[in-house]
Amino acid sequence: MLQTLFDALSLGSLYALGALGIALIFGVMRLVNFAHGDVIAFCVFALLWPSTDAMAIVFAGQLPWYLLVPFVLLCGAGLSVLCEIVVFRRFRNANPATMMIASFALGFVIRYFLLMLYSSRPKSISLLPALSQPIEIFGARLPLLQLITIVATMAILIGLTLFLRQTRFGLEMRAAAENFSMARMLGVRANRVIMGAFALSGALAGAIALIFGSQTGTVDIQMGASIMLMAFIATVIGGLGSLGGAVLAGFLLGAASVVMQVALPVDARPFRDAFVYGAVILVLLFRPQGLIAARGTKERV
Amino acid sequence: MSLLALSDITIRYSRLTAVREVSFSMTEGEILFITGPNGAGKSSLLRAIAGVTPVAAGKIQLAGQDITGQAPENIARLGLSMVPEGREVFGSLTIEENLLVGTGMQARDRTSRARTASDLEAVYMTFPILKDRRNGQAGLLSGGQQQMLVIGRALMTNPRLIAIDEPSLGLAPNITDQVYERLIALQAQRQLTLLIVEQSSARAMMVGGRMILMRGGQIVLDGDARTLGSGEAIQAAYFGYEDH
Repeated sequence: MLQTLFDALSLGSLYALGALGIALIFGVMRLVNFAHGDVIAFCVFALLWPSTDAMAIVFAGQLPWYLLVPFVLLCGAGLSVLCEIVVFRRFRNANPATMMIASFALGFVIRYFLLMLYSSRPKSISLLPALSQPIEIFGARLPLLQLITIVATMAILIGLTLFLRQTRFGLEMRAAAENFSMARMLGVRANRVIMGAFALSGALAGAIALIFGSQTGTVDIQMGASIMLMAFIATVIGGLGSLGGAVLAGFLLGAASVVMQVALPVDARPFRDAFVYGAVILVLLFRPQGLIAARGTKERV
Repeated sequence: MSLLALSDITIRYSRLTAVREVSFSMTEGEILFITGPNGAGKSSLLRAIAGVTPVAAGKIQLAGQDITGQAPENIARLGLSMVPEGREVFGSLTIEENLLVGTGMQARDRTSRARTASDLEAVYMTFPILKDRRNGQAGLLSGGQQQMLVIGRALMTNPRLIAIDEPSLGLAPNITDQVYERLIALQAQRQLTLLIVEQSSARAMMVGGRMILMRGGQIVLDGDARTLGSGEAIQAAYFGYEDH
């Protein structure tokens, strides 16, 4: 029981962090950033030295954790900001569909860049091996990593909330997310806010990369895309642009996946994802605007 | 020297010309109403001044600086505060947060922080209802209260010029009266420069100040709102009657 709860929370954490990264950017520029998953993949690969050999040559992965964590977060933030400056800035006034296609294209560019440097074979790495040690809580044996994932996610969520609520920059980001043009008319600098959103989103991608990399122990070009799909669905269910909604829906999706894994009859388990997506369709039928509709996107009366 | 000067401004939306070679200027401390029927180009003009709508031709100067084609945030930093049509409060932010969004332009030292605090107090003095609900969501305010909030929000940036687009939009007449009462009192008290777009010229004649009447993207009348011809002359200009 406790095991299931922790599984749900740790899977939900990944989805929630992913969804948050997408929602942050959607909030300020109405861009659905499909390149987000590839930023995650990039962050994982940044741990390895570029080589097409089957054996992974660990590079940054050897760093002690207090250097490793900031390194990966910075990689994510850096790449994300670079994407904004090089690509998305040119599409600032384009319609959302055009921006979305551009993000698809950019995602592929990043993915094939990684492919070129590292080849498509999944490689195994042992990232922070100490974390896979099981620990015992209330009679349940849990990997320490799972606990750290949950605690780290909570810390990130609380930190982000405080940042958005208590700082000047957070206030400007929230105002810009709701009504970008009005915020600019009040002197809020568009470029600064958008770059801030990309940096935050990229750092979140880095956090996911760290968690996912140490959970699976493999590095794979496709790894970002798999989380990205669920995270994207979470942002839609949560109400596009609503940060709280994205987090909530991320955890719900994680919980739904884990609960169905446990509760479905054994024969039906391989089709778990079909049930999860079925639930997604049901939610959207009843609440097409998402669980928590974002104000900026709501129809004006 | 004039605070705001427009020369030969033309605004186009693809093939439609919304504003055609409009020029006017206003001096510090002035109240200027721009009135005219729907589609006269009033709002386009205001949005162009704020930098949200691009100008096809012509030049806009604010306090001697050329602001044509500048980003809205830079124009705001030069001293223009815009109160757009439909008010556009940040509904998910609290009232106090709404008031503070525009104060990021000031330097972040102790004196300017103290100034922001006293500005906030002054806005609360003028609109006590905002103080009572300072931590409430701005989206929950009534239309009239929202109008007061956005005027307060504009004041918080200590602008040289406040541009207001249709403050009466969607408000009951007696609420509109209240909004104008406060606005005019504030103007007298702080020597504000106000550029107000209104559809009805009756309000301008009631309040006084200067009035520009636009029709079909051009200025048809410009003068003192109270003495600007008889009611009939205004009507003729407004609706475009020919003499007969």
